[in-house]
Amino acid sequence: MQTVFKNRRLVLLSVIMLAFMNMLQAQTDEDAIMMSKNNLCSGIMYGHSSWNNYWEGTLKRDNQNIGTVSTNMFSIMENYGVNRRLNIIANLPYIETKASAGTLHGMRGLQDLSAWVKWMPLEKDLKKGTISLYLLGGASVPVSNYVADFLPLSIGLHSKTLSGRIIVDYQLGNFFTTASATYTYRSNVTIDRTSYYTTTLILSNEVQMSDVVSENFRIGYRSSHLIAEAVLSNMTTLTGFDIRRNDMPFLSNQMNATTAGVNFKYTLQKLSELAITGGVNYTVAGRNVGQSTNLNIGVFYVVDFSPKKKDKK
Amino acid sequence: MKKIITFISLAVITTAIILIACNKNISGRTDNLPALNPSNADLNAGTWKTVVLKRPDTFAVATPLAVTNPAYIGELNEIKGYQKNLTSDQADKIKYWAAGGVLRWNEIMRGLVAKYNLPPYQNADGTYPIPSSANPFAYPLFPFANPPYAARAYAYISAAQYDALVACWYYKSKFNRPAPYVVDTTIHASVTKTTLPSYPSEAAVLAGVTTEMMILFFPDEIANIQQKAIEQEQAAVMSGAASRSDIIAGEALGRQIADVFIARGRADGAGAAVGNQTIWTALETNTIARGETPWYSLEVPKRPPMLPVFGKVTPFLFDTATTSALRPGPPPATAGDQMKTELNEVYGYIKNPTRDNIRIVHFWADGVGTYTPPGHWDAIAAEDFITKNFSEVRWARNMALLNMSLMDAGIVCWSTKYFYFNARPTQLNPAIKTLTGIPNFPAYISGHSTFSGAAATILGYIIPEKANAYSAMAQEASLSRLVGGIHYKSDCTVGLTVGASVGNYAIQRAKTDGAN
Repeated sequence: MQTVFKNRRLVLLSVIMLAFMNMLQAQTDEDAIMMSKNNLCSGIMYGHSSWNNYWEGTLKRDNQNIGTVSTNMFSIMENYGVNRRLNIIANLPYIETKASAGTLHGMRGLQDLSAWVKWMPLEKDLKKGTISLYLLGGASVPVSNYVADFLPLSIGLHSKTLSGRIIVDYQLGNFFTTASATYTYRSNVTIDRTSYYTTTLILSNEVQMSDVVSENFRIGYRSSHLIAEAVLSNMTTLTGFDIRRNDMPFLSNQMNATTAGVNFKYTLQKLSELAITGGVNYTVAGRNVGQSTNLNIGVFYVVDFSPKKKDKK
Repeated sequence: MKKIITFISLAVITTAIILIACNKNISGRTDNLPALNPSNADLNAGTWKTVVLKRPDTFAVATPLAVTNPAYIGELNEIKGYQKNLTSDQADKIKYWAAGGVLRWNEIMRGLVAKYNLPPYQNADGTYPIPSSANPFAYPLFPFANPPYAARAYAYISAAQYDALVACWYYKSKFNRPAPYVVDTTIHASVTKTTLPSYPSEAAVLAGVTTEMMILFFPDEIANIQQKAIEQEQAAVMSGAASRSDIIAGEALGRQIADVFIARGRADGAGAAVGNQTIWTALETNTIARGETPWYSLEVPKRPPMLPVFGKVTPFLFDTATTSALRPGPPPATAGDQMKTELNEVYGYIKNPTRDNIRIVHFWADGVGTYTPPGHWDAIAAEDFITKNFSEVRWARNMALLNMSLMDAGIVCWSTKYFYFNARPTQLNPAIKTLTGIPNFPAYISGHSTFSGAAATILGYIIPEKANAYSAMAQEASLSRLVGGIHYKSDCTVGLTVGASVGNYAIQRAKTDGAN
């Protein structure tokens, strides 16, 4: 049971490619904010996630031989505005895991590099409010040969991914609501052992990984210096098997999770290049995942590389 | 708007191409094997030395009908009827079983062990329920297929299959009735054509003996295995290799021979291997009385030690007196210098584990939810045997030699573990975090090392050109437990030596069993 880790920072990238486990979902690739032309937003983020209970299939339980599983994540994010309608986003995290009980060794390392292209083809003023549409394509790839087959303590699933996302946003005055849906293709994963058991014994070191579908809804307040929002998110792995009674979890379990939380982003009045973000969310329902609480904070700084004066949204 | 539509269309098309082109279906290493093609039919296998059966003709097999008999010709019509309308599913099953019955049953057995290799979840009061063979469908399901249980199951089924095929070959030779595809050339052979007589059918003998053995070893699976047995028998008939009377005689012979092994299994001491609270407490107090730190369970809540009396099970290759004779001297004293050195060595490996060390640990771990170390060696052997073109009876003889070595290695290993009852490294130094789970039994000697030492020894005899490779594998399997943080070096080096001594008993048997 990887930590269901969602970093929702209003400005940056996400490690969505990690699918549900260790899902760092940066604001920027899930929100309705665009960087202005030639602006580069750089940020660092810290996230902490932990769970004591997990779902063994649909059975919620704890496990005194692992206790509380916690994950710390440090990541660097970059978001560049090619123009106001086209942004490129990249992210790379370093992740550490630990179990508070039992004898299992924690894992740590650089995880997956992810990148998104975000295009806003449509922004239309209606009689009341503004509606905008965003289309995104993303990819992620593991940057090291980290251990995947050691759940719940692996730092990631070691799959390469491709994602397509659509975001619709409606803003009226300072109130906004955003909805998005994502389809993620995940590549198969090669593990260290030569066979494994799912619902049958498979004589291969290759694990078939299912694709993932996720949805995200948010609603809140948005002004030039403050964004505060409530977020509801859902992730479903299309196929997979359930963790057996008292067994260890495995890469190709059917991992589903629904999380609810809040995020904020505050841009300094006296220094509008600098913003701080924070958020917390909690896994309210799940299958073959940890019931994790996820916290994140981040600091972001925008540099304007254009010769003209900057104009930021 | 047009731009959006163009973009979306392109994205959808690209995605579809990627999803279609990148077929994620994986295939198993033995999914597509050619039909068994023995280089030697081993027609004299009826004279080979059996394991438990006193003589190959212990159970009578009726004289078959002559090939000119109208009833027999009717059986040929049954085959022709299938062959006229073979479905692709039937063709797949024929191909699957044609690769070899002993091979396929071993894969099925490995799957059963993996399915049942789950430790019971604790009761509300912190005690643990024990699977009951009298009530096998109640949680926890019977059996808990841990390494000693698995080693014994693999051994009994392999040895029973071997004895049954020796008896089968005895009668094949005696009655000498040719296969249907020889009697009638209009019958198509989907297996390799040989001069091997077909009565009784070796496929049916395997189906009968293996299904019957489930009564003792996997009672919840009798229904599923019965389906597999029917599938194997039907495949044999549809392939043109066996007629209905070949099947009926073979299955009956197999089941009767299985019952002999089941009787041995009920009396070999395994039923008492779990022990009881008196025994578990005595192990702890006796070790303390000797001035050593006793083993404690590192599970929460504490779980009783795994099968502490398994060391008293009757081996196949030697007697119980020899089990004690093969037991090594004691591990380093808990308070001594050698223990300090070995403990620090373990800590050194797990402080900052290398990726390659983790790979080695995980490659050989074969822990909870898997087919166990004996199953791993069966997998190694089976995939090598495929390349050797053995006959079915020789396959069975070689798997029996391997699995009897593994079971007897497990017996000596468990006898040692509970004779000394020593503590795991993490018990003495809680800072030692491990790269795989710590099994719930004492450390000295390492099961992986003992199993691997035995397996590499007998396999090196069966396939001499791979002897060095097997030895290197055994060394790595043994090392994996040290670098994983769950064993001291002594557990591993002594385990390999003890395993090799068990393997030598299998070699002695192999030299004199008539198959050479």
